[in-house]
Amino acid sequence: MTSQHTPSLYAGREPIFPRRVKGSFRTLKWWLLALTLGIYYVTPWLRWDRGPNMPDQAVLIDLSGRRFFFFMIEIWPHEFYFVAGLLIMAGLGLFLFTSALGRVWCGYACPQTVWTDLFILVERWIEGDRNARLRLHRQGWNLDKARKRAAKWFVWLLIAVATGGAWVFYFADAPTLLHGLVTGQAHPVAWITIAGLTATTFVFGGFMREQICIYACPWPRIQAAMMDEDTITVAYRGWRGEPRGKLHKGAVAPADAQGDCIDCMACVNVCPTGIDIRDGQQLACITCALCIDACDDTMTKIGKPRGLIDYLALTDEVAERAGTTPKSVWKHILRPRTILYTVLWTAVGAGLVVALFLRSDIGLHVTPVRNPTFVTLSDGAIRNTYDLRLLNKHGDARIFAISLTSDARLDLTLEGQTAQTVTVPGNATSTQRIYVVAPAGSQAAGEDRTHLRLWVGDLGNTDRIHSDTIFNGKDD
Amino acid sequence: MAEDPEDRVPENKVSPPDRRYPDAKALNAKKKVGQVQSTGHVWDGIEEYDNPLPRWWLWTFYACILYALIYGVLYPSWPMVNRATPGLLGYSTRGAVATDIQRFADANGPIRTRVEGADLTAIAADPVLLQYATSAGASVFRTNCSQCHGLGAAGVQAAGYPNLLDDDWLWGGDVTNIHATITHGIRNTTDPDARYSEMPKFGELLNRDEIGQLVQHVRAISGQDHDAALATPGATLFADNCAACHGDAGLGNRDLGAPNLTDAIWLYGGDVAALTTTITNARFGVMPNWNTRLSEADIRSVAVYVHGLGGGE
Repeated sequence: MTSQHTPSLYAGREPIFPRRVKGSFRTLKWWLLALTLGIYYVTPWLRWDRGPNMPDQAVLIDLSGRRFFFFMIEIWPHEFYFVAGLLIMAGLGLFLFTSALGRVWCGYACPQTVWTDLFILVERWIEGDRNARLRLHRQGWNLDKARKRAAKWFVWLLIAVATGGAWVFYFADAPTLLHGLVTGQAHPVAWITIAGLTATTFVFGGFMREQICIYACPWPRIQAAMMDEDTITVAYRGWRGEPRGKLHKGAVAPADAQGDCIDCMACVNVCPTGIDIRDGQQLACITCALCIDACDDTMTKIGKPRGLIDYLALTDEVAERAGTTPKSVWKHILRPRTILYTVLWTAVGAGLVVALFLRSDIGLHVTPVRNPTFVTLSDGAIRNTYDLRLLNKHGDARIFAISLTSDARLDLTLEGQTAQTVTVPGNATSTQRIYVVAPAGSQAAGEDRTHLRLWVGDLGNTDRIHSDTIFNGKDD
Repeated sequence: MAEDPEDRVPENKVSPPDRRYPDAKALNAKKKVGQVQSTGHVWDGIEEYDNPLPRWWLWTFYACILYALIYGVLYPSWPMVNRATPGLLGYSTRGAVATDIQRFADANGPIRTRVEGADLTAIAADPVLLQYATSAGASVFRTNCSQCHGLGAAGVQAAGYPNLLDDDWLWGGDVTNIHATITHGIRNTTDPDARYSEMPKFGELLNRDEIGQLVQHVRAISGQDHDAALATPGATLFADNCAACHGDAGLGNRDLGAPNLTDAIWLYGGDVAALTTTITNARFGVMPNWNTRLSEADIRSVAVYVHGLGGGE
């Protein structure tokens, strides 16, 4: 075989110009777009008073200070498990929604869908609806085309910059950073991040669009595994629509000669990923349900019932083809699998909430000095040294009182302090070395290990925490 | 007129027939089909192709060769007999480390000057100086002192290196005395200001029985199990031989570095064998002087550090 026909494995993107559509799902998508974008752009500007010397931004990821602020919640680095828990909940939530309602994330809430939707809206405002955009795409370059394209790219760029800007505002105080950006004093990292996100928003939303969904994103391939025969997803009622054919006005045809589908191509023309839903559910279908709205619109116009393309499950198809009544929506949604996901999701969420409330505003970590394990003093007493890490999560400095309880007789002194109290600055940790002495001949001095409990109390309120540790004696 | 099958668009074309763009089919059919090079080797009907290297790989490879040539000229790379070629940029890792060390030395300059000039007791009172001195002192200790005194400063009893954590000090435990001990050392021959004292070898002056009595007396005054019958004559011997340095009650003398024999801490051991060896052969612990090896700021830092280990006075 010295020559063969190798098909080209590279196919360039064929641009898609979705047509405008009106309907209940389109309205729902607009509301979700407004809600998600509103949350994204507005949240960095919300304020939350935490007292002096503390940031007043409601949602703030303070990387240099190593804190995460979310309204009244403040997370320290060693509490990162809360973020991990939230991610687990996000994953379980995705499993739940996908197994119940199909790819609703892809079609309604995914940032790629939302921003692409917005960019297509801008494109439609500036260049016109589908036919006008097709004509513009096919024609050669002239002043009109250049003007329209420039205007469109300019608006896209503004949205992209605002998107990148909103992102960095989550990581710094928004008013301060905005002032810094405008006056050119902001840290280079802010500029670079905004530049990067501007580029990605512009390219992903303006040009790549469905290529992300089809080739780049892993979710479509994972979501297929989460859907089963009871998942409610977008489907074409082929048994009702086929055989399709053009509508002939005035013609009288037998009832089963032609299906409801009149091949008007409305479903294909409104699809943002350019598929034909009549081929069935496929990887590129993000179940945005615009084809449902488009077909319902057509059906209404020709006097046929809606629902030729509709949200239904595989078991519904089986039932309808057989002529029996399909299951109700709730029977589809409430099944062992979805109930299990809900229970797990709730359990993780409840665990996080409980952990949140069980947290203390002060912290203590005890590190015994191991080299040597004990020191003999002149009078024969045995001394152990411990390094305490004291966490003060309050905004203001607090005085911590350190004490110990044990079955054996032990005395406590603090290095560098006269009393058994130490002041820890607000929102900070400090190290304090302590000495615990067992008198000569006492029980603890002669035993290899004695248990003791170190207590730290906040003198400003009744908070008290403890940590257990060991006292090493001279075991002869 | 018959359509050449090789002109027909192959069935496994990637994009499905697209009714939106009627000219797409023709566009796809015009795409050229390439020939595959072969080496001519065939095994079991499987032919070995000779595909060219991917262009991106090939040019990356050329770029790497070019980079290597440039690197070899600019940086140390070619081994010669005694060393390597130095490279046009004059870079060396030793030089880089030296620059780094100098950078830190410059940054620490101001606070080290302050530590050098401050009173030793004043350093502990100033939180900034104390924090620097403790950290620097810990580092100096790790590098210079831990070989004898141990990383935890607990000393080594078998060798007679003192434990710096307890409250028993041979030559004084306040920070000024600690500083003097570190600066001049103990019983070394290199510094005329070294602390000096010498315990006689009582094995040459007393017989075995007498030493045995002395041992029991020392065990008695330190509160350990002892033979009271031997300790009584031992007390007399002690007053005659040992009290001059160790004091009448055996409480020691810090001017002479004579240990307190009544406490629970023993430099060489408080058991009968160790005490016998100590009295018979004497001990002569030596500590080097650090004034020629460490800067004044470092000596002050490590003195403050040792003072803050828990036993400082």
